[in-house]
Amino acid sequence: MKYIDEFRNGDYAAEVARRIHAEAYPGRRYRFMEFCGGHTHTLFRYGIPDLLPANVNMIHGPGCPVCVLPMARIDAAIELAVRHQVILCSYGDMLRVPGAHRTSLLKAKAQGADVRMLYSPADALRIAQENPQRQVVFFAIGFETTTPPTAAVLLKARQLALKNFSVFCNHVLTPPAITGILEPAQQAGERIIEGLVGPGHVSVITGGAAYESLARRYRTPIVIAGFEPLDVLHAILLLVRQCNENRYDVENQYSRAVTACGNAKAQSMVAQTMTLRDRFEWRGLGWMPHSALRIMPEFADFDAEARFELSPSDARENKACECPAVLRGAKSPTDCKLFATVCTPDNPIGACMVSSEGACAAHYSYGHAR
Amino acid sequence: MSLDTDFAHDCVEMIHGGGGRAMRRLIDDLFLQAFDNPLLRAGDDQACFQVAPGRMVMTTDSHVISPLFFPGGDIGALAVHGTVNDVCMSGATPLYLSAAFILEEGFPLRDLRRIVLSMAAAAREAGVAIVTGDTKVVERGKGDGVFITTTGVGRLPDQVHCSAARVAAGDKILVNGFLGDHGVAILSQRENLTFEANLRSDSQSLHDLVATMVAVAPDLHCMRDPTRGGLAATLNEISQQANVGMRLHEKAIPVRQEVRAACEFLGLDPLYVANEGKLVAFCAPERADALLQAMRSHPKGRDAAIIGEVIEDERRLVRLRTGFGGERVVDWRSGDPLPRIC
Repeated sequence: MKYIDEFRNGDYAAEVARRIHAEAYPGRRYRFMEFCGGHTHTLFRYGIPDLLPANVNMIHGPGCPVCVLPMARIDAAIELAVRHQVILCSYGDMLRVPGAHRTSLLKAKAQGADVRMLYSPADALRIAQENPQRQVVFFAIGFETTTPPTAAVLLKARQLALKNFSVFCNHVLTPPAITGILEPAQQAGERIIEGLVGPGHVSVITGGAAYESLARRYRTPIVIAGFEPLDVLHAILLLVRQCNENRYDVENQYSRAVTACGNAKAQSMVAQTMTLRDRFEWRGLGWMPHSALRIMPEFADFDAEARFELSPSDARENKACECPAVLRGAKSPTDCKLFATVCTPDNPIGACMVSSEGACAAHYSYGHAR
Repeated sequence: MSLDTDFAHDCVEMIHGGGGRAMRRLIDDLFLQAFDNPLLRAGDDQACFQVAPGRMVMTTDSHVISPLFFPGGDIGALAVHGTVNDVCMSGATPLYLSAAFILEEGFPLRDLRRIVLSMAAAAREAGVAIVTGDTKVVERGKGDGVFITTTGVGRLPDQVHCSAARVAAGDKILVNGFLGDHGVAILSQRENLTFEANLRSDSQSLHDLVATMVAVAPDLHCMRDPTRGGLAATLNEISQQANVGMRLHEKAIPVRQEVRAACEFLGLDPLYVANEGKLVAFCAPERADALLQAMRSHPKGRDAAIIGEVIEDERRLVRLRTGFGGERVVDWRSGDPLPRIC
């Protein structure tokens, strides 16, 4: 496949890996976090950690939208489907995530709720048009990448004057999450993470300039990377170089897709339809200010939180769960008492085990091989 | 309604399952004609046949698929191929099938006829006779058009002993061709996901390929068809049963460009995608080349490849040496493969 095979070429990989081995100082520790779940997926799918020197380690960040969504929001989605009997539409890997009472949208579907898996929010609009007598809710989740398509259907729904369509908005923002990870270490005077592999698709929307202030404030180099294995390996090399040169710049490895300013049209659609929440709860990271979006009052007719009455959730995270420390890179999944004992991919207790991209789930599959 | 079966316009009605003349008519006009053979023609409630001395194998499989017709096949052919292949994976020659239909009220008879004729053709191609059967009708809304359960029996040659228990460290792992065609062809037809894929399901009976393989390598250790869950599920199953690990070589695994591309944008992994005309075989390393040549000499094994080997591993992991140069575990999937968000 053109533009794919080149970025998965084993010979090029061996050459980049050779340079990482040559340039990383043996006496120094390099701990880098890949923010995106997509990058975590790439690391494991292509076995990239095998190619790195022992002192270059990857920490898996919180950039998996399924992982960081708190159970209370999943409970609310289940309530929409079960109690309010809407047609609830969402993306595939959201459906299996358990809420507070070990139930999930897939289980609710098995018990008769109308839950549908979509590839695009536009499909939810179509379902609403085809079922005028039913309420249709799109369970919107994800970072800046999946937000513009949600904004587009909100605009379209208003244009069509749909009376039976709304969005349950759970879109979250990347820069506040990076702050949430780096700030506690900075305050404690620790250095846990020496560099960040910056988001790829998120940066297509936001632009690379969005991270400049973070890199400066936390004196942490950020290299925005694509999702092919050669992209990630190359980004790691660039981070090693920045560390060696004591630089903390934002570099754009993914220049074939990411610009400094991002996608202005997408940004404008989001700005027309959504606004910052004062605070939002992140599974594993807790409540963070200005870290998520809600639907603007002008679009209240299409806001599921305004249209439907939702009960407060009694969801509580397991106290023994070490996900908050794992997400910040302060602990490894194996430091957690629950890991691989009560908490497994089939029975996830914490955020990092929920999706295959979560740090613990990836460690569970891969760590077993070590 | 008239008791003449009008295949062009009529639908399945409750009366077709009622045991009366309408049901008799449907059986005579459709099933008996299509599947015609002496055992079926006898018209008894069971088929009676001679059994040669030796071992027989028996297997059963229920077929539910949406859509019922897809590029490269339909539920009828699939119901034959699936069960024939399960018989064959023991190394046996398939002989007879039974077929039980659950029909939904309102299902067009012309579609039913198309399915039944396709089953008959698939059975002829596989050299098996459909010798007994059953039809039931459920009310509209209580089925999904057609469900078909087929049971198969076959005769096992004396010298053949295929079983996961015989898979041992050192064995080579072979497949007979491109993986993932069936799953991607089906996905391309799902209503919420139409995309243009120039792809056909690989649904086919493997009886003749297996006969060729058994002739060359009667000491084959194990064969299995990687259907649901794809190659990944099948290999994990066998590694658990045989108490071994496996090492695969990504570059050696045949996957079509179209399947790779579709999996790429759907967020799926071809190793987990279903096949309906593929087998994975295990044999002693010294027999592997001869077996590979024999497979490649057969049209259903033209793209066969040795994709890896069995290793000692008390953790019974299936590992993949990636084309990129690293290694990863090919784990069990929890539940259905669901596409990733981003």
